[in-house]
Order: sequence, then C-alpha cells, then structure tokens
Amino acid sequence: MEDTAKKITTKKEFFKQYKKKSRLQEIWKMFLKNKLAVIGLIIFIIIVLVAITAPLIANYDNEAIKINVPNRLKSPNSEHILGTDELGRDIFARIVHGSRISLIVGLSSVAVALFIGGAFGAIAGFFGGTVDNIIMRCMDVFLCLPDVLLALAILAAFGTNLVNMTIAIGLSFTPKFSRVVRSAVMTVRGIEYVEAARAIGATNVQIITKHILINCIGPIIVQVTLYVASAILTISSLSFIGLGIQAPIPEWGNMLASGRAFMRDHAYIVMAPGLAIFITILSLNLLGDGLRDALDPRLKQ
Amino acid sequence: MIKYIIKRLIYMIPVILALTFVVFTIMYFTPGDPTAVILGNEYTEEASMQLKQELGLDKSFIVQFFNYVKNLIRGDFGISYISRAPVSEQLLGRFPNTFKVVAGAMLFCVCLGVPIGVLSGTKPYSLFSNITMIIGLLGVSLPIFWLGLLLILLFSVNLGWLPSSGIDGFPSLILPSVALGANYMANIMRTTRSSMLEVIRQDYIRTAKAKGVSQRNVIRKHALQNAMMPTITVIGMNIGALLGGVVLTETVFSIPGTGRFLVESINKRDTPCVLGCLVIMAICVAISNLIVDLIYAYIDPRIKAQYSGGRS
Repeated sequence: MEDTAKKITTKKEFFKQYKKKSRLQEIWKMFLKNKLAVIGLIIFIIIVLVAITAPLIANYDNEAIKINVPNRLKSPNSEHILGTDELGRDIFARIVHGSRISLIVGLSSVAVALFIGGAFGAIAGFFGGTVDNIIMRCMDVFLCLPDVLLALAILAAFGTNLVNMTIAIGLSFTPKFSRVVRSAVMTVRGIEYVEAARAIGATNVQIITKHILINCIGPIIVQVTLYVASAILTISSLSFIGLGIQAPIPEWGNMLASGRAFMRDHAYIVMAPGLAIFITILSLNLLGDGLRDALDPRLKQ
Repeated sequence: MIKYIIKRLIYMIPVILALTFVVFTIMYFTPGDPTAVILGNEYTEEASMQLKQELGLDKSFIVQFFNYVKNLIRGDFGISYISRAPVSEQLLGRFPNTFKVVAGAMLFCVCLGVPIGVLSGTKPYSLFSNITMIIGLLGVSLPIFWLGLLLILLFSVNLGWLPSSGIDGFPSLILPSVALGANYMANIMRTTRSSMLEVIRQDYIRTAKAKGVSQRNVIRKHALQNAMMPTITVIGMNIGALLGGVVLTETVFSIPGTGRFLVESINKRDTPCVLGCLVIMAICVAISNLIVDLIYAYIDPRIKAQYSGGRS
C-alpha cells in the first residue's frame, strides 16, 4: 500500500515538472529573478500606498497648507522630521501630499496619451499604406517639438490647471505612444489568429481591440511604466518653472522652486522634494527595465 | 550623397511649415484680448480696433498664419506686445547663450558617454562596468533642475569653485552643461554599452579575432562602427530633449537665453515672443535631426549605396 502511494506522489511530481507554465507565470518568474526590478516594484507600491493614505499620515490643512511663520525654516528635528519650509509648513507633510498630484496627473496623462496615441497607432499599424503614411507623418511633426515645449505651449495658450496640465502632458506624449502601438500592432498583424478572427466574420474594430491589442500588450505596458516616470518628471519640471501646479498646493517641483531662494543656508529644503522625484522616477525606471527584460523572449535563457 | 542631402533639405521645409502651423494654432487660442495687454490703462474701444488693424489681428486665422509665415521667411518674427521691440532682435540676443549651453552639454555627454559606454561594453562583468551601470541607472532618473541645484550647492556655495549664475566665460558654462547633459550622458552610455555588448557577440567579431586581428583593432575597426548606429540615434533624439531641458537649466542658473525668455514671455502673455521662441527651437530640432540623418547616411553604407547609384 505504502509503496503505491509513494509511487503516485512521485508520478505527480514527475508530471509536474513537464506541466506547461502559463506565459504570465513565466514572465513573473523572470521578473522576480531581476532584483533591481523587484526593488523598483516595491518602492513604487510604497509610493502608491503613501499617496492613498496621505490624509492618515499627515494633516493636509494644518501641516501642509497652513502658514506658520514663527515656525519657519526649522532644520529637521523630532517634530518635523524633514524640517519646515520658508512659510513654516512641514516639508514631510507636503511631500506626502505632493505624491498624490504627481501620481494622479502622471497616470492620467499617460492614460490620455495611450488612448489617443494608441488609437492612431493601432489604426496606422493595422491598415498600413496611405492611412499609415498620413498619420505617422503628422506624428513625426509633433515629435520634432520637444515634449516639454509642446506641453508648455499648450499650457501657455489654455492656462494652467490640473486638467489642462494632464491634457498637455498627455498630448505631448501622444506621438511616442502612437509609434509604440503601431510597431507592436504591425508585429502581430500577420499572425494566423487574426486571419482566423477575420474568417469567422469579426469586424476590424473587434479584431483590433479584442485580438491585436491584447496580444501586443507587453511592450505597451513597458512603455507605460517608463512614460509615467517621464510624465511625473514633466509635471515637476513645469511646476518648477512656475507653469504647473500653483503655489499653495504642495507639489514636488514647486516646493523646489520656492525653496530655492533659501537653499544657501538651509540646504535640506531642496533635498527632500528632489529626492522624492528622483526615487519615484528611479523606481519606475527599474520597474520598466525589469518588465522589458522579463518580456523579451530572447533573454529567456 | 549630394542627392540625399538635397532630398533631406527639401523634406525639411514642409516639416518646419507644419511645426509653425501647430505652434501658431495652439497660440492662436490664447484667451484674452492682446490689445488690452498692450494698451494697458490707455485701453479704449477705438484704440483697440486701430491696434488690431495695425497688427493684422482683425484678419481671419488663415490670413494671419500666411502673413506670419511670409514674414518668417524674411526673418521677421513680429513685434513684442510688451516691449514693442522686434522679436527677432531679442531672440538673436539670447540664442547664442542657449547655443553655448546646449553645445556644452552635447560635448559633455558625447565625450564622456560614448567612451565610457564602449569601455564598459567591452568588459561586461568588470568592476568598472558595474559601477558605470549603477551611475547610468541613477543618471537617467535625475531631474535636471534638482541636479542643477545640487551642483550649485556643492560647487558654488560650499566650495566656491564655479559661478552659480550668469554666462560670462568658460567657468560659468561648466555647471549648466553638466546639469543639462548628465541625464543624456547616462542615456548615451547605457545605449552604447548595450549595443557594444550585442555587437561583440556577432560572428564577424569572432572571425576578425580568429584571423588574428588585435583586440584593439577588433574594437576599433569592427565593433565600434557597427555599435555606433543606435548611439547616434539616441544622440539625435536627445538634441530635442536637450532643447526642452534648456528651459529648466536656464531657469536654475539664471542664464539669459531662449528658454528663460520663453518662460518670461509666457508669464507676460507676450504671444509673439512665445511663438518666436517655440518656432526657433522647433527649427533647431529639425536641423539637428537633419544633421543626424546625414551622419547616419555617412556611416551606414546601406543608405549611402541607395544614393550613389550603387557604386558606393
């Protein structure tokens, strides 16, 4: 009896090693092997958690916004772990709340870029020929303008607020996404399952959304991660030069801009917001690089 | 080759025109009455109408655009709403400063990024290579403006070695160039390294080694030329990014250049100046793209062959 039971378990194990893993499991395993990427993922999850629980960590009105002049320019101490700024506001509270704006605008502007750019890219890649030529030549023109400048122009014309900023950054990333999606679509366009879908009578829209885009999601996710990083950088850049998020609202870029005048005697005032931007971007870059390597079939071995 | 250059030059004209159109259209939507900005306290309905006629603002959008382009070809960027001086004069005064900073940053990232990338790519698992990888990784994530502030803190405030603002003489160019270029240096370094790693595994490198070519010559003659292609692409793409970043660098280091002029003009709602800055920067990007394409054609025999009637 015992013997047969043993045999069965070994048999199970025997087959287990031949059981085919799903592609997703494989990618996840590859990803976990890359220590830097895992560190990036963990840091990013922490940042997201901080942004979500910001009101629990620090009081917005009392600590991040309220001006408290007698308390100004205090070096880091036990009460204010990152010190206070030129108006006596707690820098830690401001950084915690600033993460919300960076993440919200960063993610939603990339969503805008992905949606518009993705639609154009998918159409160009799927139909090819003249349509492709027209769309991509237009995108090339936009690509000539550095994305910070395009965003600046849009903000200059339409005024600065959160929505305009999201749209401006989103539009300035649109040509890049259309290129990414286009080339991704072109690689899967000719594969049999597209032909099969067409044979059973699927419409073009159905083919693009249900069959093509799903199958080229890998490279798109990688680009999304990397562009969220650039979007966050663009937000703080625009705020730094005074054309993004405006003064009382805490944002990492405008914290640097206002703290700049005091940095000669109070260097800590520019350290924390800069580090916050740096760490966020670094984590997303690590994550994106890791995903790219994990999705690259050439690196399987 | 000449045929190729001419073709690319002709191709540039519609691109610049289209760019001007895009920027012009965006700025056309600027809300508010520009004549109110110009006239200030002397604003009356009549004066406003007269000024609009004078500036051609009463015409339709298309006519305004064509007039702008027509003047642009003659080098006339219009007149500033605020200072009433020609925009082209103000641009001419500031552009050289921007050019210096961008050229300095370019020099910094190419002269450091490419050789370090090559060295790190030829010895992939060495200590040097690992250190450069870490520096590269950190470098691509550094915000330009924060790096600029840190450089000022270290080299101007604490050490007192270099000036923190202005633009007179070579020393004042060092910090802005490094701040602007660091990001792209890291980028170029990483690209060069990975393309070097890829090239070095190719069969023709093994063949070259097998026939007894020295390590030095294998790198110099066989690997480098092939590995340079992606690097040049990245360098070309970064010129645009450098011109975008110059806005930040000039703000941090208080350099009176095109980028800062752009920001000042946006704050003053001086549309002709904003338009002029954007157009001149877009033209710069278009020209640098052209130069990169030409370098590409010069290095890549496949492109050269297309245009020299197969003689190459």
